[in-house]
Amino acid sequence: MKAKTSVNLVQRPIRRCAPLFILPTFLAFVIGFVWPFLQGIYLSFCKFNTPKDAVWDGISNYTKAFTDPGFRNAFWNTAGFAVVSIILINVAAFLIAYALTQKLRGANLFRTVFFMPNLIGGVVLGYIWSLIFDGILKNYGTYLTANGTYGFWGLVILVAWQQIGYMMIIYIAGIQAIPQDMLEAAKIDGATGRQTLFQVVIPNVMPAITTCTFLTLTNSFKMFDQNLALTGGLPSVIQDGAKVNITELLALNIYSTYNINKNYHGVAQAKAVIFFLLVAVLAIAQQAATRRKEVEQ
Amino acid sequence: MKKLIALLLALVMVLGLAACNSDTPANTTAGTDNTTQGGGDETTTPEGSGRVYYLNFKPEADAALQELAKLYTEQTGVSVKVVTAASGTYADTLTAEMAKSEAPTIYNIGNLSGLKDWNDYALDLTDSAIAQELTTNDFNLYNEAGELKAIGYCYESFGIIVNTELLEKAGHSLEEIKDFASLKAVAEDIHARSAELGFDAFSASGLDSSSSWRFSGHLANMPLYYEFRDNDITEQPATIEGKYLDNFRAVWDLYITNTATDAKTLSTSTADESKAQFTEGKAVFYQNGTWEYAGLVEAGLAPENLAMIPIYCGVDGEENAGLCSGTENCWAINSQVSAEDQKASMDFLVWLVTDETAAQKMVDTLGALPFKSVPESSNVFLADGSKMLADGKYTVSWAFNHTPNVDSWRATVVTALTAYSADPTDANWQQVVSAFVDGWAIEYNVVNG
Repeated sequence: MKAKTSVNLVQRPIRRCAPLFILPTFLAFVIGFVWPFLQGIYLSFCKFNTPKDAVWDGISNYTKAFTDPGFRNAFWNTAGFAVVSIILINVAAFLIAYALTQKLRGANLFRTVFFMPNLIGGVVLGYIWSLIFDGILKNYGTYLTANGTYGFWGLVILVAWQQIGYMMIIYIAGIQAIPQDMLEAAKIDGATGRQTLFQVVIPNVMPAITTCTFLTLTNSFKMFDQNLALTGGLPSVIQDGAKVNITELLALNIYSTYNINKNYHGVAQAKAVIFFLLVAVLAIAQQAATRRKEVEQ
Repeated sequence: MKKLIALLLALVMVLGLAACNSDTPANTTAGTDNTTQGGGDETTTPEGSGRVYYLNFKPEADAALQELAKLYTEQTGVSVKVVTAASGTYADTLTAEMAKSEAPTIYNIGNLSGLKDWNDYALDLTDSAIAQELTTNDFNLYNEAGELKAIGYCYESFGIIVNTELLEKAGHSLEEIKDFASLKAVAEDIHARSAELGFDAFSASGLDSSSSWRFSGHLANMPLYYEFRDNDITEQPATIEGKYLDNFRAVWDLYITNTATDAKTLSTSTADESKAQFTEGKAVFYQNGTWEYAGLVEAGLAPENLAMIPIYCGVDGEENAGLCSGTENCWAINSQVSAEDQKASMDFLVWLVTDETAAQKMVDTLGALPFKSVPESSNVFLADGSKMLADGKYTVSWAFNHTPNVDSWRATVVTALTAYSADPTDANWQQVVSAFVDGWAIEYNVVNG
């Protein structure tokens, strides 16, 4: 009772000051996100060099964006990359998490080590891995940017290596939150290891799966640093009379579009708006789909 | 305890926000404001005078400019801020900075397509104080209306840098090399005896992004220049023919076969690697420009052992060719800042090329500056270039300044060139030709469509 009073004594003034505490973040959110976002939508309908001299231009930016073969190529790259990396990362992360929650020797050490790649920045990783891949491919008389396949799978390996550890931590938390009595009950009922995994563990870690698929989905769509540093979109080739950067993902395509010249600033902005809508719709759909499978504990 | 933590958290949050608000450009190597420390109050300039904000394009000139800015402030009291965009990010930085209320007052325009983008932001400099200091108008940029919009303030030359000491050790001399055939003969002889000599003909022709511009930009200038010369082209053409691409191939083959570096590994071969081979005395020839001079001397090469010869590629009459000279360095003054700021900027530019200390520093850093009061450069490559001109040889101008969507065009050429180097077949060369010719047409349509 006494402890509770003191907690209240501390918490009440804090609670009363809630708006004060929210204010800085809220302001930062408005300044750093809401306002640029609205301005960005406006600019996607404009011709501009710097945002100061924006002139209304209707939907011509969107027409240009949709007819750009480089953008379509980047879309399919990104979609393919997202599918592969979501499956690979989540399956691997879950399996490692499952293994490391089985009272393994040195499990804590493994967790730390697996988590570590996540602490390295994307650009650094990109450069390091490009050296590694080129070092390996050199033995076969080829190189990373020789074709799109190497670049694509290189990126998949890089990102998997980086993110599996992070998702693993979330899965470990999810698995550890499963009530022990539930697992014991399964054991007493004579459930096999496989049955325990599929009938008890997985349904109970659905919230973690929702979180992790959401994170991997949005991460794959927003992938930029690693793409830029690993291949920079190369090889850059001419296909059907148009120029295409074979390993370019959406974010990098938007970035390079912006840098063509001032006539393309608006087009890049339009692509960015399309990109936002795409990620938003996919993320919401994914949330809805996996949430339905979550069970009450 | 909890109270303390809550307090700390709130503090961190507020500090974080304050940090977000500070107005330093993200991707600059040096963002020192020379009158005040850090961001915040930048209004300590004397009343009535303008401010100078110089957005610098050349990372290697940053230290010198920062020093000069400080000196100028000490002498005149006018605040000068020099910010240098990190290598390869100048265009992004310029766009971002121009959108700010404290926009750059002096900035760089690289070529005519850059001028198309920034024409509205460039003051007409015709007959201005800085224009009157010039000794030549050859490097200036004029817009379609014929107004002088950017002052070419330094020019550069590129060619093949030669280590004459090694060349003589191999039993050859500079005089021998007069055209492509003689260059080839010398290079092949050195390469054949490389094991015995302990050095090879050419340093690595790396196609890593740190080095590829030497070939997709500078070497590619040769076929472009001769084609444009034949066709009297002075403006960006919509298409090119690729008439001299066989010559380009001949030089490229020469580069990648007469070297110690395996042509299959060029995709990852860097500029540092190539430079190191040259400075360590492992290669006689190194294709690069006058800007390399200071670095080469610093690395221990004696100036008397260095020379620059033209890039020969087997075109008729090329024994009369000089170095490839031009510039991507043109000063523009922002026309959208206040008249005081424009005046202050103009005064600063004039000071840079007329003040004795400043002019000396500029020439030591940048090489050749075409201004009346600027002393001669000690750079032997520039001296070689001047001598060729004095001997009546023709300058190979920078035809690549006409390249549409230049980074993208070059990326395609590099991709094809890398594939060709790893497997030098005719079919792969066709890809290079396509990247050159078809790529040009495509990029032209992208830029002008």
